[in-house]
Amino acid sequence: MSVTEKLELFEVFVRSKRGLDHKHVGSLHAEDHEQALEYARDCYTRRSEGVSIWVIKSSDICASQEDDADCFYDPNDDKPYRHATYYVLPDPVNNM
Amino acid sequence: MTPEEQNFMRKIEAEEKIEPKDWMPDAYRKNLIRQISQHAHSEVIGMQPEGNYITRAPSLRRKAVLISKVQDEAGHGLYLYSAAETLGISRSEMIEQLQSGKAKYSSIFNYPVLTWADIAAIGWLVDGAAIVNQVSLQRTSYGPYSRGMIRICKEESFHQRQGYEAMLALAKGSPEQKAMAQDALNRFYWPALMMFGPHDSDSAHSQKSMEWKIKRETNDDLRQKFVDQTVKQIEVLGLDHPDQAIKWNEARGHYDSSDLNWDEFWSVINGNGHCNRQRIEHHIAAHDEGEWVRDAITAYNEKKRAKKAQQAA
Repeated sequence: MSVTEKLELFEVFVRSKRGLDHKHVGSLHAEDHEQALEYARDCYTRRSEGVSIWVIKSSDICASQEDDADCFYDPNDDKPYRHATYYVLPDPVNNM
Repeated sequence: MTPEEQNFMRKIEAEEKIEPKDWMPDAYRKNLIRQISQHAHSEVIGMQPEGNYITRAPSLRRKAVLISKVQDEAGHGLYLYSAAETLGISRSEMIEQLQSGKAKYSSIFNYPVLTWADIAAIGWLVDGAAIVNQVSLQRTSYGPYSRGMIRICKEESFHQRQGYEAMLALAKGSPEQKAMAQDALNRFYWPALMMFGPHDSDSAHSQKSMEWKIKRETNDDLRQKFVDQTVKQIEVLGLDHPDQAIKWNEARGHYDSSDLNWDEFWSVINGNGHCNRQRIEHHIAAHDEGEWVRDAITAYNEKKRAKKAQQAA
């Protein structure tokens, strides 16, 4: 088995500026978290794209299934009163 | 059509991206793996001719620029290999296919690089042609590929500009330097046009790829864009256009140009370019000679892990 197959897959998140969220930028293979962090610096922040990097093992991510999206999210779809636009107010104060 | 196919086509038509876990037709997956891995291999093989010139670049500044560019190409290879891996093929399978000749890479890298002016021409024309193609691919229907293209396009613009700048220095230099620039332009202009692939009518994968929005513009349309944008750039350099037949066509709103030497195109694709064998031999040698480094990383990390486990116990 080649080395790359033994290496783990990591997902990389970069915060571009203090005050902003970390954003997923891509993935890479590495032996452990430390190495993944160094590789991520070399691959994804060559032009000062970030001030902070997160690396997470892809296998540690638990994801919702898009195929189940309908029943996963529909409990929220029948609650239009959660949106500001649901409330019709008199014109003079509508910009509230 | 099965319900899955219908749902897939609905997303394609609505300009929604296809993501790794979505159902997709086998041929769509195969087509993408072929295209993305070929793209990744091109980035990686493309490091060879430029890497050769790092020690020969004419100034410290040009060396630093070239090192950065080569490093970018390695990164671009990584983005693309990662995108292909989301389709269920492993990195080592792709490298195996490259080394056995089953997978292709861009034919441009099978042309010999003879002078420093060739390196300038490659940055300007080869990366320039790649950008035309990649800008269009930012809108490809497969999410990971599209995101990779967006990232690559952001970085790639510097590649073309530094190449043009190096070309400009030569074109405005001594008569010998200008002659070198003209010679590099004459040799790389045609292969750069061939990078867009065969005519649409001769392209085996084009029609399905357009239907599935893997490709967003046809080979011939992209090539025309490149022909059009290059005319002015050659003029500013003060060099002669390699195509005697280049002529503005008012009715089409495009430049008319000569047809390409398609015999040469197919011959290079089929492995008979000047450097095909050398490029693959070098890739295999570098991969084999790097084995001890990869083994050392694994051994070191195993040692570290054992030490950590011991400390924890």
